[in-house]
Amino acid sequence: MTPPALLVERLAYAYPDGHQALFGVNLRVEQGERVAILGPNGAGKTTLVLHLNGVLTGQGKVAVTGLEVNKQNMKEVRRRVGIVFQDPDDQLFMPTVRDDVAFGPANFGLRGPELDARVKRALDDVGMTEHADRSPLHLSGGQRRRVALATVLACDPDVLVLDEPSANLEPRARRELAEVLLGLGRTTVMVTHDLPYALQLCPRSVLVDGGVVVADGPTRDLLADGALLARHRLELPFGFRLD
Amino acid sequence: MSAVHAHLLHRPGNTPVHRLAPQVKVVAAVTGVLCVVATPRERFWAFGLYLAVLAGVWVIARIPPGWLAARALIEVPFVVLALAFPFLAGGPTVEFLGLRLSEHGLLSGWNIAVKGTLGVLVSLTLAATTTPGELIVGLQRLRVPTMVITIATLMLRYLDVIAAEARRMRIARICRGHDPRFLWQVGATARGIGTLFIRSYERGERVHLAMVSRGWTGAMPDQGQPAGRRTWLVGLIPTALAAIVLGIAL
Repeated sequence: MTPPALLVERLAYAYPDGHQALFGVNLRVEQGERVAILGPNGAGKTTLVLHLNGVLTGQGKVAVTGLEVNKQNMKEVRRRVGIVFQDPDDQLFMPTVRDDVAFGPANFGLRGPELDARVKRALDDVGMTEHADRSPLHLSGGQRRRVALATVLACDPDVLVLDEPSANLEPRARRELAEVLLGLGRTTVMVTHDLPYALQLCPRSVLVDGGVVVADGPTRDLLADGALLARHRLELPFGFRLD
Repeated sequence: MSAVHAHLLHRPGNTPVHRLAPQVKVVAAVTGVLCVVATPRERFWAFGLYLAVLAGVWVIARIPPGWLAARALIEVPFVVLALAFPFLAGGPTVEFLGLRLSEHGLLSGWNIAVKGTLGVLVSLTLAATTTPGELIVGLQRLRVPTMVITIATLMLRYLDVIAAEARRMRIARICRGHDPRFLWQVGATARGIGTLFIRSYERGERVHLAMVSRGWTGAMPDQGQPAGRRTWLVGLIPTALAAIVLGIAL
């Protein structure tokens, strides 16, 4: 039996200042699934995401494709879970796009032609090959977002985690990114406020609020439940109805 | 590297000097400057020879002297200081165009001016032929502590990000009627700098998280090959010439 891509059991976490962000989160994501994590600001979504690759460690259990997240496994866990952060400027820091995409796989030990091939494939996947030798600073917002995605794809992760992938994107860049993501065919966890984007990309959604999972089901069903959304400070955009 | 730095000090090219492994260039530049500094100031001819060796490197690297001269202006304050020495120092004097100049001051001024100028020119030659990214890789291969390397890398990248952020904040202030032309209006700018510091600090935290998430453990991945003995030998020819000059001068 194949292990789930992600298994989170009774995960609880308090920040050093005492603020309790997670109160026992349970989540199981099967391999190949695309799941949206929805929730209002301050619900604990980003805190949850940072536990998936061990940047934060709370109480409870997190496992990635069967491998438990702990100190001994940290390097392999970070290869298996690729996080694309919300602001590409936080992610891109090397002189050229190519260097930045190579940074992750090089950290995981790839060298020479193997590394070059991996970088090339990641840039191909996001349609940014022709910009490989440019500085990330000179790219548009949408291009930077795709390069940030490539920097993580190059590590060949088992689980792709995206934090607000559609934030600050023009409609066309937003759609192009969706097409790239749908074409990847990888297990994907996407944290977002952009409910139509969740509907377009993720068959399943998990609603997190107050540090616990409050709803888990088909995205269309969750988004059609106006009362549920209202209880958790979520709203569909103007003129958008599913019921 | 970034737009600002790349255009200011780096001069892209594909000459043997540009292609030379960065660690060799760093060692050549540092030892070259050491030779210049160690030369007794009275050996005027030695400095001429150093300049000739450097000029040879410029020819190979195809750097026009005018390009270097414009960037060497950074040195002007030191030259002004050097020019003041002959008038300020004491001791025996010489007459020149009716002025009484201190012999000791003349030599001190010459010492500062010539060694400073050669030092600046060597640094500019290194910067012109080596991108900031290559420089960092070079330092890393020379076993400079990883923390220093990391700080330098991030500084290079984020100087521009922070400059852009500062620009946006300034524009936002100006759009709200801020017109900082007088000293007493500097308050908002100062608070802006404070905010910028905190934002940069927070960004630093986020950048670190993103790096750790991609398996970073403290050292930048170096994908290059170590320089062979031949590269070192060829790359250090100008330094060897400088060392010979120094040997004769001492």
